[in-house]
Amino acid sequence: MYVAVKGGERAIENAHAWLAEERRGDTAVAELGLAQIKEQLKLSVDRVMAEGSLYDPDLAALAIKQSRGDLIEAIFLIRAYRTTMPRFGSSKPVDTGAMACDRRISATFKDLPGGQVLGPTFDYTHRLLDFKLAADGEVPETAMRKADAGHVPHVTKFLNQEGLIEESPQDDTAPPDLTREPLEMPANRASRLQALARADEGFTLGLAYSTQRGYGRNHAFVGELRIGAVPVEMDIPELGFAVEIGEVTLTECETVNQFKGSKTEPPQFTRGYGLVFGQSERKAISMALVDRALRWKELGEDFENAPAQDAEFVLYHADNIQATGFLEHIKLPHYVDFQSELELVRKLRREAVSAQVQEAAE
Amino acid sequence: MQSETLSGGFTEPAIQSAHAFRSIMNAMARPGTIEQLDSAEPPAPLSKAAGTLLLTLCDTDTPLYLAGDVDCDAVRAWLAFHTGAPLVGPGHCMFAVGSWDALMPLNAYPVGSSEYPDRSATLIVESSELGDGMTLRGPGIQDTHSLSLPETAAFQVNRAMFPLGLDFIFTCGDRLAALPRSTEVV
Amino acid sequence: MKDFFDEHADRKAWMSLLAKAPNGRVSALLDGAIERPAFTWLRAPEIGSAMVRGRAGATGAPFNLGEITVTRCALTIESGAVGHAYIQGRSKADAEAAALVDALMQTDAAEMLRTNVLEPLRKELEQAKATRAAKAAATKVEFFTMARGED
Repeated sequence: MYVAVKGGERAIENAHAWLAEERRGDTAVAELGLAQIKEQLKLSVDRVMAEGSLYDPDLAALAIKQSRGDLIEAIFLIRAYRTTMPRFGSSKPVDTGAMACDRRISATFKDLPGGQVLGPTFDYTHRLLDFKLAADGEVPETAMRKADAGHVPHVTKFLNQEGLIEESPQDDTAPPDLTREPLEMPANRASRLQALARADEGFTLGLAYSTQRGYGRNHAFVGELRIGAVPVEMDIPELGFAVEIGEVTLTECETVNQFKGSKTEPPQFTRGYGLVFGQSERKAISMALVDRALRWKELGEDFENAPAQDAEFVLYHADNIQATGFLEHIKLPHYVDFQSELELVRKLRREAVSAQVQEAAE
Repeated sequence: MQSETLSGGFTEPAIQSAHAFRSIMNAMARPGTIEQLDSAEPPAPLSKAAGTLLLTLCDTDTPLYLAGDVDCDAVRAWLAFHTGAPLVGPGHCMFAVGSWDALMPLNAYPVGSSEYPDRSATLIVESSELGDGMTLRGPGIQDTHSLSLPETAAFQVNRAMFPLGLDFIFTCGDRLAALPRSTEVV
Repeated sequence: MKDFFDEHADRKAWMSLLAKAPNGRVSALLDGAIERPAFTWLRAPEIGSAMVRGRAGATGAPFNLGEITVTRCALTIESGAVGHAYIQGRSKADAEAAALVDALMQTDAAEMLRTNVLEPLRKELEQAKATRAAKAAATKVEFFTMARGED
């Protein structure tokens, strides 16, 4: 029997009020401001922007505050907000070669034009808790040195000159957009890169790690990792020319992968690519490894049944908002569904029992 | 750029586009019903109804085909500023606007695919008259409805392709009526 | 074609500068330089987004990376000049100030605004960039060759 029920408004309202109170916590402790989140929890802000697929540090900071630091909930808020905005257009592809690099390292060449620039990295810290920070965060003075003028060329350019690495020729086909049209299989590289750029960091990291451990191995070197600001330029139809409409900080990773050659391709180095909003090299490197694993078909490699090679598996499970939406919905009322399951189990039970009785009688 | 080509848009975009959308939806839901649409002041030769329609339905994601007379500098500049819709040929458009003759031939437009029947074009037909005429039947019509149409055969062919096909909106001055692909022209 | 490009280079440069200015900065500089003229909206300030694209392998086919927030508006001042603004972020007041500067840059006030609004803005942004670049340069690794015991 189906009985429609209604109710819970009062309970929901009270739950929201309590949530707000818990969010604020002890009022004897100073309230967290958005500027504090933006400045001091910058890497959280960056992750929310990258996976929320919307670059706006103020909005990301608000989302983090509202979600009590639950980053996936914050990403959800950003995604929801994003859908309400009219889109004015698409930028020209950003030129990461012209990036003002805060950090730029290569694991493949020690001496390269532009040098190894460490930037503000955790890499060489001892990973020991710094109890001084718990007391008061005094900031040491940052050293400065005269910077070299000019652009820092991409590392892959050097290998390109020798013809030892696959080319990535320029092409201006308008890319498909996952936020406008559903993902279709087989997905081309542009769709895959968009999906990976907004994919869950943890899921991408796990998949990338699996390729390193042998599931679809494609021995990767970080050819180059760079973090810095690039201008965003867009054509303005009513003006008839393009102007810079802003600037974003990006993390870019280009991997150089060993490749023995295939039926269609000569032995050479192949490439994986990662590009992410904000500063997130773990995500950018992971993205590059997974991008490379997904390229098995176009490079004529064998499908080894590895999860990271399976575009359908990767792309349909990488989005943490889709995943959390479907996963968490099962905690919401399913009274009617469950009622029918219950009826079914009871019926099967009755049938099994009566069958046994009949068997015993015979 | 002249500021005249930049005027004539919605003065209150949120409200006017919502009202216009409501009228267009009603027209589509009740084929043959005439609705009024006059919030925009487009440059000639676009009618007020067609101009309002375009401002409401088009943006940078909706490729638009301008057929015949409406493909002029004034209209191009006005649409570029107010909608940013990319101008394309009939084969790649989501919306097309022009007179019936200028819009021909109909087989040039996308009619959708069986997976995505919605990936088809909507034709905005600028008409010199809009009133009673052919008999319409189908979803959204109680018994029959009457609407003046430029011809009959083309719409019967279009109806036969359902669920694929084109949708039509006829505009005349500040009035419009719609003929979705589901409507039968008797 | 070359002339066409040059014709817009100047305006491109100032619009780009205005787009990247910090919150409230253009308003402050504008109000310090000139009394704001009366204007009519052609398009009231509107908040939206722009899809940012990258290229696979930095140089290959484009893909959609994610969006940025953008505020735009257009207005006309008494002289008939039309000012456009497309700026990063969600500040309608900043968009209005940027569009006013764009319109006024097409009038006799251009040189005055160049000196009092655009130049200070350019210098501030360049200074901020130079400081960051200098900090990055200080973290550049200097390698030393160690003696190798090969023989």
